[in-house]
Amino acid sequence: MTTLDISTSGATETSGDAVLSFEGLSVTFKTQFGEVDAVKGIDLDVRPGEVVALVGESGSGKSVTSTTALGLLPGNARISGTVRVGGKVVGSLDKAGLRKLRGNDVAMVFQEPMTALNPVLTIGDQLTEGLQLHGIAYGKEAEARAAELLRMVGIPEPERRLKQYPHELSGGQRQRVVIAMAISCDPTVIIADEPTTALDVTVQAEILDLLRSLTEKLDTAILLITHNMGVVADMADRVAVMLKGDLVETGTVDQVLNHPRHEYTKRLLAAVPHLGEGPGQFGDVARPAEPVAGEVSALDLRNLVIEYHRIGRPAFRAVDDVTFHVDPGEIVGLVGESGSGKSTIAKCALGLIPAKSGSVSILGQDFRTTRGKRLKELRKRIGVVFQDPAASLNPRFPIGDVISEPLVVHQVGDARSRREKVMELLDAVELPPAVYNRYPHELSGGQRQRVSIARALTLEPELLVADEPTSALDVSVQASVLKMFTSLQERYRFACLFVSHDLAVIDLLAHRVVVMQNGEIVEQGPREDVLRDPREDYTKRLLAAAPVPEPGEQRRRREARHALLTSLGEESAELHL
Amino acid sequence: MSDTQQNAAGPGPGAADVEELLPEAKSYSANQIVLRRFLRHRGAIVAMVVMAAVIVVSFTSIGIGSIPGWWDKDIATAYDKIGDGGPTWEHPFGQDTIGKDYFALTMRGTQISLYIAFGVGIISTLIGTLIGAIAGYFRGIVDSLLMRLTDVVIIIPLLAIAAVLGRMTEGSLNLLILALGALVWTSLARLVRGEVLSLRERDFVMAARAVGTSPGRIIVRHILPNTVGVITVSATLTIATAILLETGLSFLGFGVQKPDVSLGSLISEYQGAFLTRPWLFWWPGLMILAIALSVNFIGDGLRDAFDPRQTSTKE
Repeated sequence: MTTLDISTSGATETSGDAVLSFEGLSVTFKTQFGEVDAVKGIDLDVRPGEVVALVGESGSGKSVTSTTALGLLPGNARISGTVRVGGKVVGSLDKAGLRKLRGNDVAMVFQEPMTALNPVLTIGDQLTEGLQLHGIAYGKEAEARAAELLRMVGIPEPERRLKQYPHELSGGQRQRVVIAMAISCDPTVIIADEPTTALDVTVQAEILDLLRSLTEKLDTAILLITHNMGVVADMADRVAVMLKGDLVETGTVDQVLNHPRHEYTKRLLAAVPHLGEGPGQFGDVARPAEPVAGEVSALDLRNLVIEYHRIGRPAFRAVDDVTFHVDPGEIVGLVGESGSGKSTIAKCALGLIPAKSGSVSILGQDFRTTRGKRLKELRKRIGVVFQDPAASLNPRFPIGDVISEPLVVHQVGDARSRREKVMELLDAVELPPAVYNRYPHELSGGQRQRVSIARALTLEPELLVADEPTSALDVSVQASVLKMFTSLQERYRFACLFVSHDLAVIDLLAHRVVVMQNGEIVEQGPREDVLRDPREDYTKRLLAAAPVPEPGEQRRRREARHALLTSLGEESAELHL
Repeated sequence: MSDTQQNAAGPGPGAADVEELLPEAKSYSANQIVLRRFLRHRGAIVAMVVMAAVIVVSFTSIGIGSIPGWWDKDIATAYDKIGDGGPTWEHPFGQDTIGKDYFALTMRGTQISLYIAFGVGIISTLIGTLIGAIAGYFRGIVDSLLMRLTDVVIIIPLLAIAAVLGRMTEGSLNLLILALGALVWTSLARLVRGEVLSLRERDFVMAARAVGTSPGRIIVRHILPNTVGVITVSATLTIATAILLETGLSFLGFGVQKPDVSLGSLISEYQGAFLTRPWLFWWPGLMILAIALSVNFIGDGLRDAFDPRQTSTKE
C-alpha cells in the first residue's frame, strides 16, 4: 500500500475522538468468477463537524468502504479489519444492534432521491417511520417533528408536504427530504454517497450548501463519496483518494487538490476540465477545428416546436419556438438542465421524433418533406453518439459488426473494404485491432464510447449529433475521449451538435453555445461571450453554480453565487434551526 | 445480485488516464456466460440427462418407420400372454389385454408425443415471436389489432377449440400439430411484445434507426437476438404444455387416432383396466411425468441462465 499521509499538521489526530473510523479494512467479494478484492486494507478517520471526501473512479471501492459502516454489505462479502462508529465496533454488533446503529449513529444520503424514497408512501409516513422505530417520537408528536425536519431542510409548507408523495416533489426537494430523513435521529455521522450526482448543477449547489450548514450547525460529520472534484473543492475539509481498493493519498483539501503528491491524484486532477479555461486544456492537439462559414448550414432549426402527446391531457410542449443553426465544421454546445428539451432537440435533429411545427433542415434538405430513398441518403450524412455507452451498443454484436453495420445498411463496399474501414476507425479512436472480435460487455465504459464514436464516423458524416457523450464516463476517461473527439473533429471536419449539461466540457469544445431552459432558448452566441460575459440571469446562475476543482477559487465562486442570489432576491439554502 | 457486486467491486475502467487495453482475465461472451450458469443448475442438468435418455431409448428401441430398433417385438403383434400379462423379463412393461408388448407400445407413444410436443413448440414459437415482434415494434394500430387477435385466441377455452380442431384433422399427425401450434402461441407473443417494446427504446436501436436501417433489419438483426432468452425459455415451457395438451386431447379421444398411439391415447384406452392391470396406466403415466418434469426443469435452468436477476445465489 502506498498511502502518502501528509496531514501531519493537526495535533488532535487520535482515533479516539473520531466518530467514524476504518482500521485496516479489507473487503473481498466471492463471485462466480473467483474472488474480487474490493477494498485492500485502508485506514481512515472522520471527526465531528468534519467533511471527509472519499474520491475515486468507478470500481475504486469507495462505496463498498462506506457501506461497511452501516453493515449493509451483501452476504458474499468477507470483511476484515475494524470499523468503528461512535465507539461501537460494527462487526461485533448483532442484528438488533445494527438496526439501532443505523439511523441513530450513522445515516445515509443516497445518490438517486427518487429510488431512495418509497413511491407508494407519503413523505410524512417515511419520515415518521424512522422516528417511531428509534423511539424518538410517536403519533402526533412524530408528525410535528417530521414537519419541523422538513422546515429545517428548507422545504416550504412542510405540513402540506407531509401528505404528498415523492413524485409530487422536484428532484432537489426529494433530496432535501432524504437529508431530512438522515438527520431525523440526530446521527453523529452521515454518509453521503454521490448525493448530487443525479441532480442539476444549480440544485447541486443548493444541496451542498445545505449539507455544509449541517456540519456547521449540528456538528455532524459527513463522509462524502464523490467522483466530482468540484464538489470536493466546495465541501471537503479533508480528502482521501482511492484507487482500486487502496487509499493512495489523504490530506487536507488544499494539500490534495492544490499540491497532490501521488501520481494518480495528479493525473486525476489534470483530467478535470476547468470551466473558464477554454479549449486546449489537454494539450495543444485538443483544439477544435475552426468552422467553415458561408456554405449551407449543416443543421438549421427554425421556430421548432416539439410536443409529446399525453393521453387525457393536453400535449406537453417540450421545445417551444427554437431557432438556431450549426455551420459546417462547427461545434455548437447545447446546454441546459434536465427537462430543458436539449435531448429532445437532438432526437428531432436525427429524425427520430417529429416536429409539431417549424422546420428542421439538415444540409439544406428539410427532414419533414424528405421521404424514402432520399431520406436514407440524408441519414447517411448524419452520425450519432448517445450518452450511455452500455445501452447504445447492441450486446449481441461483436465490435467489428457494430462499427461496420452502417456500411452494411447503406450497402457500401464489400466485406474486405468494410473490414479495412473498421480497422482504420479503430485506429482513429485509439483502440487496438484485437477488439474487432470482442463483445461490448468485455470493454470498459470509455472503450465502449470510443466504439460508439467510431460507429458514428463510419459513413464520414457531415453532421454529428452527440447527446451527453461523456457524462456517463469517469473523469480521466472523459478527458481522453474528449481529447480524441477534438482530434477526430479536426481530421474529419464534421459539424457537431454537442448536447451537455456540463459547462466545463462545452467550454472545452464548442465554438458557439446555446443555453436552454424549459424548452426555450435563453441565450446563444459565441462561446467566449456566453460563458465569460453572460447577459441573462439564468446563464449567470448556471455558471455560478458549476463548481471548480480548486478550494480557494471555489470559495470565492460560492460567495459570488450567494451575492448573485441575494441580488436576484433569493436566499441560499441552509439549515433552519 | 451477483451482477451489482461485480459492478461495485470488479476492476473498473481506467487507472488514471491510462485505460487498460483489454481485460487480462479470461473473458466470456454472453453465450458462454449463459452456458456456464446453465451447467451449474443441477436440476436442469439431471433433466437434460433424463430427457436425452427418454429420446434415445424411445427412438432406438423400436426404430422409426421401417428402420428396425434393438427391441425384438413390435406394436402390432399380439404375443402369447404370460400369466396375467404383468411385467416379466420377456415383456418388461407387461402386456396389454390381448397380449401386445406394452414396452413397444409405450415407446411408440413416447415417440409420437415427443414429435407432437416439439412440433407444436416450434410452430407456436414462430407464430408468437412474429406477432409479438411486429406488434411491439410498430405499436399503434398494428399493435392493437394483433393484441386483440391474441386476446381472442386466449379467451376461447383451449381444450374445447383443440378438440374441434383435432376432430377436423382426421387423424393426420402434422395437421394436429399445426392446429395445436396455432393455439398456444399467445403467451409468447405477449412476452416478446413486452420485451420488444422496451428494446425498441434502447439507444442501440435509436442508433440503428438514425443510420437509416429498415424496420425489418432492426427487428431481425438488432431486437430479436436480444430476446432469445425469453423465446428459448418460453419455447421450452410450451413443449411441456403441448405434451399435456396432447395427452388431454388423446385421452378425450380427439387427438391421435388408432391404429397409432400416443401416451395420452394409451392411458385413455386402458383406463378401465387400471384396477386389474395397473401397469397399463403407470408406464405411460410415468413417461408423461418424466418428459413434462424434465422439460420444465430445463426451462427453469434456461430462465435462470438468461436472467441473472432471478438467480438466488445463496452460498
